[in-house]
Amino acid sequence: MTSKAPRFWRCIPQRYNLIGTHCHNCGEYYFPPRTLCPNCRRDAKIEDYKFKGTGKVVTYTTIYNATEDFDRMTPYSLAIIQLDEGPRLTGQVVAAPEEMRIGMRVKPVFRILGKEGERGIIYYGTKFVPAEEEIR
Amino acid sequence: MRPVSIIGVGCTKFGERWDDSLRDLVVETGVAAIEDSGVTGEEIDALYVGNMSGGRFVEQEHIGALIADYAGLSRLHIPSTRVEAACASGGLALRQAFLAVASGYCDIVIAAGVEKMTDVSSGVAADALAAAADREWECFFGATFPALYAMMARLHMRRFGTTRDQLSLVAVKNHHHGCLNPISQYQTEITVEDVLCSPMVADPLHILDCSPITDGAAALVLAPAEIAKKYSDTPIRILASAQASDTLALHDRRDLTTLDATVHAGRSAFQQAGLTPPQIDLAEVHDCFTIAEILAIEDLGFVPKGSGGKAVEDGMTALSGALPVNTSGGLKACGHPVGATGIKQAYEIALQLRGEAGKRQVDEAEFGLAHNVGGSGGTAIVHIFSR
Amino acid sequence: MPAGIVSYGAYIPKYRIRVDEIARVWGDDDDIARNLNVYEKSVPDSDEDAVTMAVESARNAISRGEVDPCRIGAIYSGSESHPYAVKPTSTIVGEAIGCSCSYTAADFEFACKAGTAAIQACLGLVGSKLIDLGLAIGTDVSQGAPGDALEYTAAAGSAAYVIGREDLAAEIEGTVSFTTDTPDFWRREGMPYPEHGGRFTGEPAYFKHVTSAARGLLEKMGARPEDYDYAVFHQPNGKFPIRVARKLGFSKDQIAPGLMVPMIGNTYSGAALIGLAATLDQARPDDRIFVTSFGSGAGSDAFSIRVTDRIDEIRDKAPSVRDYIGKAEYLDYAKYAKHKGKLRL
Repeated sequence: MTSKAPRFWRCIPQRYNLIGTHCHNCGEYYFPPRTLCPNCRRDAKIEDYKFKGTGKVVTYTTIYNATEDFDRMTPYSLAIIQLDEGPRLTGQVVAAPEEMRIGMRVKPVFRILGKEGERGIIYYGTKFVPAEEEIR
Repeated sequence: MRPVSIIGVGCTKFGERWDDSLRDLVVETGVAAIEDSGVTGEEIDALYVGNMSGGRFVEQEHIGALIADYAGLSRLHIPSTRVEAACASGGLALRQAFLAVASGYCDIVIAAGVEKMTDVSSGVAADALAAAADREWECFFGATFPALYAMMARLHMRRFGTTRDQLSLVAVKNHHHGCLNPISQYQTEITVEDVLCSPMVADPLHILDCSPITDGAAALVLAPAEIAKKYSDTPIRILASAQASDTLALHDRRDLTTLDATVHAGRSAFQQAGLTPPQIDLAEVHDCFTIAEILAIEDLGFVPKGSGGKAVEDGMTALSGALPVNTSGGLKACGHPVGATGIKQAYEIALQLRGEAGKRQVDEAEFGLAHNVGGSGGTAIVHIFSR
Repeated sequence: MPAGIVSYGAYIPKYRIRVDEIARVWGDDDDIARNLNVYEKSVPDSDEDAVTMAVESARNAISRGEVDPCRIGAIYSGSESHPYAVKPTSTIVGEAIGCSCSYTAADFEFACKAGTAAIQACLGLVGSKLIDLGLAIGTDVSQGAPGDALEYTAAAGSAAYVIGREDLAAEIEGTVSFTTDTPDFWRREGMPYPEHGGRFTGEPAYFKHVTSAARGLLEKMGARPEDYDYAVFHQPNGKFPIRVARKLGFSKDQIAPGLMVPMIGNTYSGAALIGLAATLDQARPDDRIFVTSFGSGAGSDAFSIRVTDRIDEIRDKAPSVRDYIGKAEYLDYAKYAKHKGKLRL
């Protein structure tokens, strides 16, 4: 089998801890990270930024028919999430389909995102769960 | 820049072409277009072919050389180029051919598109198509194409009150058109209930909201307008060719219910053609999913934002409506061999403007528009044609 | 130089299956839940494993103690269900909690006591000042073959402890281990489920090792059971810890706060450590806690712990064990089998 280990490894900071970027020139936050700020281009002052991971669901779907790698995980819910710092990202929300709604607050959890079959590496990273009042 | 015309057209039957390979499809459509135009091989200055993913679907890259070779042109050593913009590869091939002729650099140029999709399982096909989205930041998390459009649909429904039935009506209409088109993959009428009762793919989109996996190819022969009459009694003028790009990933878009690439390409095309949306007699738009047709007619300026669903419900886009949309059956019913789709759209408009569209002929059609989208809207290509 | 617990965190997945539901499938005795004193057990989600739970518990420990992850000089993760046979769990945890790269790490395996062994290793490094802070984790998505007695109890959970010298929430006053070569329970390389010696896992294994380590520690500390406010024993089922407590002279009240197994099953490497976490969740400053783990193969680690004033400051900064236990969603056997990957695809 062909492993995509280098490709996964390169993105570990983003996958595990939502490390994105922030442009000090215009104040915009980027996740996924950008090294060129579309607002400032060559005037940009980009540095790494660790997102809190909390945000809200902008829109979502529940997938019943997936690509081969995700075939055994259906149904699962996918959402575009707006992080509290501003940028939007695509991610899975671990929730029953009927729990999903636009505007729902979410927070990050550490989960398995995928596996390279039985023999390859395991892709760990961030999914989201509904952020009911803190569990405590 | 000089005016450019289409002097010949060809298109294969769309569908599951189990007996035919990618090269069989290319030969079939190439011969048809060249015969239709009456050009000889020696006259052809260049070929452009749209193909999204020969590498994934048939493990074949280098499609440019392959089509020149199997079109019987290898001994003429004609420059042949494959272009790729995901599902807009066909539209992009047409635009490259158009630019080559318009610039004066070439005279006779072939614009073709081909995709052979049924040699792999549907799971592999879905993954190959997903490569048009952002592999690292969308697909890695399990995004599929239906899922991306489902998320647009959900937000459109929420913001504008677009209904589930309005989505279904797009599919119902396009299946009806497909029944009138001999090359169409689907030749069956469906009802709103059929759509709703079909399996869910990505909520709220059902399988009958989605364009199918299709084998097919299409080709056009382009020439400078000044010599077009030499080859064709009914040359079709390309009044405008516009292309625009946007963020690769859906989540980065300015607005999740607008394809800004379509808006920009559309505006540019209307400006080039010196026309306004109400002057268009028919349009082939990129209905990879039912919601996509609703977004397209809004973003191209045919109806105000948010009223696309209503326009479909009111019959505006039906064959008998003010703006017949997707008379070929669209991607939904005619089929969506991704690299061929943009060329097939132009083929359909050309047939309509020539008055050769048979049972689905739009009366007195003078101006037609073709709209081809790559991915979830990272690329949009708009062409406007006239008799 | 005192050393001990700077912070702690637990994680238990939200899914449960009732023991009665498992008994229904295999046609076993209706009384099995009562006989085991285990009524339901935790089940991981299909995208959870020993690593993801270790990360969640470690993140809870970091936020509870407001620990700077860059101060952590060692990470040891104990589990018998590490998802990789080769490739450490601990490095994934280190990256996920944002450690520097200047730390040592290794994965431990000693059946159900790998987590307490990890604490002892951290105590050594911290006590010798080789490192500032150590992170010790016990985490398991334990395996029980379908229909096997283990299936009634094999559960999922994790607990993480930050071990240091300063700002202690609880001092570890002493630790004693008792270890022999006793093949009561094992899993061979490449095998999906463990095997066990049935009743052989009782007297010559669990009871002999737990009582020997516990008595050794009482002797070393010059203490008696009544000197402790709480006691936690490894809990493979709900009967053994009660019986061993009685045998050693501890009361039911002393073990009640840390007896989680009736509600969540046996979380293996997590079991004694989740019991300790649940006890710390309600302990007061100056309370003393007696902890004894057990790992098949076989050994026990016993700890004498004294809670400090700091416990009141940090307790509520992360979810408690009972917060997790209160959030339960029940699965039937079919869904449970899917979650646990028992259906080979």
